[in-house]
Amino acid sequence: MKVLLIQVILVAVIGAVVARLFRSRGARSQAIRRLGLLVFAAFAVVSVFFPDLWSRIARAVGVGRGTDLVLYALVVAFLSYTVTSYLRFRDLESRYTRLARRIALDEVAGTLPTPEPPARDEQDPGRA
Amino acid sequence: MNTTRQVDTAGVWLVIPLFNEASVIGDVVAQARTVFPDVVVVDDGSSDGGADAARAAGAVVVRHPVNLGQGAALQTGFEFVRTRPDMRWAVTFDADGQHQTDDVLAMLDKARAEDLQVVFGSRFLDDRTSPSLAKKLVLRAAVGYTNLTTHTRLTDAHNGLRLLRRDVVERLDITQNRMAHASELVAQIGSMDVRYGESPVHILYTDYSRSKGQSLWNSVNILVELILR
Repeated sequence: MKVLLIQVILVAVIGAVVARLFRSRGARSQAIRRLGLLVFAAFAVVSVFFPDLWSRIARAVGVGRGTDLVLYALVVAFLSYTVTSYLRFRDLESRYTRLARRIALDEVAGTLPTPEPPARDEQDPGRA
Repeated sequence: MNTTRQVDTAGVWLVIPLFNEASVIGDVVAQARTVFPDVVVVDDGSSDGGADAARAAGAVVVRHPVNLGQGAALQTGFEFVRTRPDMRWAVTFDADGQHQTDDVLAMLDKARAEDLQVVFGSRFLDDRTSPSLAKKLVLRAAVGYTNLTTHTRLTDAHNGLRLLRRDVVERLDITQNRMAHASELVAQIGSMDVRYGESPVHILYTDYSRSKGQSLWNSVNILVELILR
């Protein structure tokens, strides 16, 4: 089986997306994401004026038609989007958990007969 | 030497996460309080009257304003009992009546006798508990995975009954809101370098708990949550 260039590229990109799952995110990955978006937009503009461009790139990497290449790119972009939003969602969830927990604990602190009686332990000599 | 009822239960707080178990929680709390008077029920945004039943039975009720998940409820319970100066031990206990206080007493005995900081309940140390074959296989696989990925050697990692000493409770920070919290808890304890042990427990698989119990499909979800943390 002959390995096409597109197969190498796709596997590499998918691997990179999955690897992102295990790496911590931060300013750098955000910057890379934004640069990627910029490049994507620029490329979109260029391909409007030179529709043939996709086909030429497709042939260069071993894909039959330009439309196929667009489809592959879309798959990769969607996968990346899924991962990013999953991570973002997890982050959001952990913040909102802390908020809800704070509310719950504050609420109960107001209702308890507070400063708890430390005398309790003395009546019970149990623990040796 | 220790006949069960002689165990000192002062400073032992039961932490019970509650989500829509109104039909049983009152009895569970009342029964537990005959042995352990200090009970905190963390109501995880239930839509039934479970919180009232728990309060009526004498538990302190901490209410999540929205549903967050059982792991989040446990962490809230831990953070609550940390504020109690009299707390020396925290016990994670199920709301659906699967756990028995006798097992907790045995765990306390064991912890004190062997100077342990954590005692995990295990369904597989004796043959009182009889899960179905499929459930047994999944639980075995789960414990294998947990032992592999954490620095622990346990026979049952997904048991809801655990005894934790105050110093351990103070260091726990459960961030897995849903079911993966059990593995996370084991992992955190494994990385803490504390003395832990296991004690046999008898889980009552009643029709009620079986109907509420997590399906085996959930183990797939747990695995994904653990990997994509």
